[in-house]
Amino acid sequence: MAPGAAPALEHLAQNGAAEAIHVENLHKKFGELHVLKGVSLSARDGEVIAIIGGSGSGKSTLLRCINCLENPTSGIIRVNGEEIKLKADSHGHTVPADRKQIERIRSKLGMVFQNFNLWSHMTLIENVIEVPVHVLGVKREVAIAEAEKLLARVGLAEKRDVYPAYLSGGQQQRAAIARALAINPRVMLFDEPTSALDPELVGEVLKVIGDLAREGRTMVLVTHEMKFAREVATHVVYLYNGLVEEEGPPEQIFGAPKSERLKQFIRNIG
Amino acid sequence: MVGLLHTIEIAIGATCLGLLIGIGGAYGKLYGGPVVRDLLAVYTTVVRAVPELVLILLLYYAGTDLINQVLAAVGYQRIDISGLAAGIAVLGFVQGAYSTEVIRGAILAIPQGQIEAARAYGMSPGLLLRRITLPAMLPFAIPGLANLWLIATKDTALLAVVGFYELTLATRQAAGVTKAYLTFYLAAGAIYLLVTLVSNLIIGRIEARARRGMPSLKEAR
Repeated sequence: MAPGAAPALEHLAQNGAAEAIHVENLHKKFGELHVLKGVSLSARDGEVIAIIGGSGSGKSTLLRCINCLENPTSGIIRVNGEEIKLKADSHGHTVPADRKQIERIRSKLGMVFQNFNLWSHMTLIENVIEVPVHVLGVKREVAIAEAEKLLARVGLAEKRDVYPAYLSGGQQQRAAIARALAINPRVMLFDEPTSALDPELVGEVLKVIGDLAREGRTMVLVTHEMKFAREVATHVVYLYNGLVEEEGPPEQIFGAPKSERLKQFIRNIG
Repeated sequence: MVGLLHTIEIAIGATCLGLLIGIGGAYGKLYGGPVVRDLLAVYTTVVRAVPELVLILLLYYAGTDLINQVLAAVGYQRIDISGLAAGIAVLGFVQGAYSTEVIRGAILAIPQGQIEAARAYGMSPGLLLRRITLPAMLPFAIPGLANLWLIATKDTALLAVVGFYELTLATRQAAGVTKAYLTFYLAAGAIYLLVTLVSNLIIGRIEARARRGMPSLKEAR
């Protein structure tokens, strides 16, 4: 390889997959509250990273820092090999330095929220085509054809012209996953996607996410569903009190945890 | 009839101007820096505190005077500001203060997750405003904005005091000439009522459209 080749190539792993997300020594403070105390994380293409941890461990904050929905206090975030430029504003808060850059990066990350956050004034199909048409500049007809396929894929083809408020939580979350897929994301970010659902609706959403994982979608998944994390994740990160307490392949994390806190966490959850 | 036309022209113009000011004002109050927020607070407080009649007299006479002085200072001819433009500007300025508060409240009523989702997908602030914030706040803003529209149609009558020929002034002149006061004032009242009824029909349509994604309360009972 020639010296000074594309920066993304620096991160080639032994298995040859490029690093889609790289987080290094990330700190996040909310006022006095130090939520993340130096967390590092890496997701290569095709990997499914599950972030687990107790309430207040900082797992959602970590996920939300990746696309700067929360601005990290300090640390390095690279998406697709491109480092997010940060600067200090007049109040000393860290903010993205380049709005265009952050918008471009965000449009490659498909985020799925705990509370679905579908746009309530749009039908499902309108929700799914919104970002492709208005942010990515895809032709409307092309976007609609693609959106119909995606809605069919998550089992909502016949609901295309229904508004979100008329659907169950599970249906809304599956539509939200279709919306995320519509941008053909480099990485999908899931922020506790089943935590707001009635128990009987969790399964249908996990099935969709599981299918995506098995077909090689790169994902970072914050979840409380330990059984699911064990099944689909290639790598599990256990956060405790703003730090990575233990990480490794799921067999190790769930089968042979080393840390006392992780052992206790798994006992309590299981 | 010309009077009615002028009334409606001013009401529409003032409401549109008020909406523009209101959207800008609400955005400034919610997301602006401390200076912008303070200025807007002064604007909405003062305008809503002073009686509209006083404001109209003040802005109409002082405003045109000020503009002419400025024009004279930079070497232009004095201009005659048309009553229509002045009326729209003055009432729009007043309406802007009220709609700032209506729209601010409506934006706060949007589930914040929807705005967050738009940001998470890389929407620029302008696109976010146009595609998400405005349509999503509309159902919460329409009752308040409909009030403002109806008030605007009637506030136009206040412009009669500055000699603007609208429905009320036309009625007064016609009544004065013919001495048929009851007939003309009743007719004027009926016309205002008619404007309101037609407005209600149109607003109902707009509201139904704006609330399209929301189940009706009747079904939820």
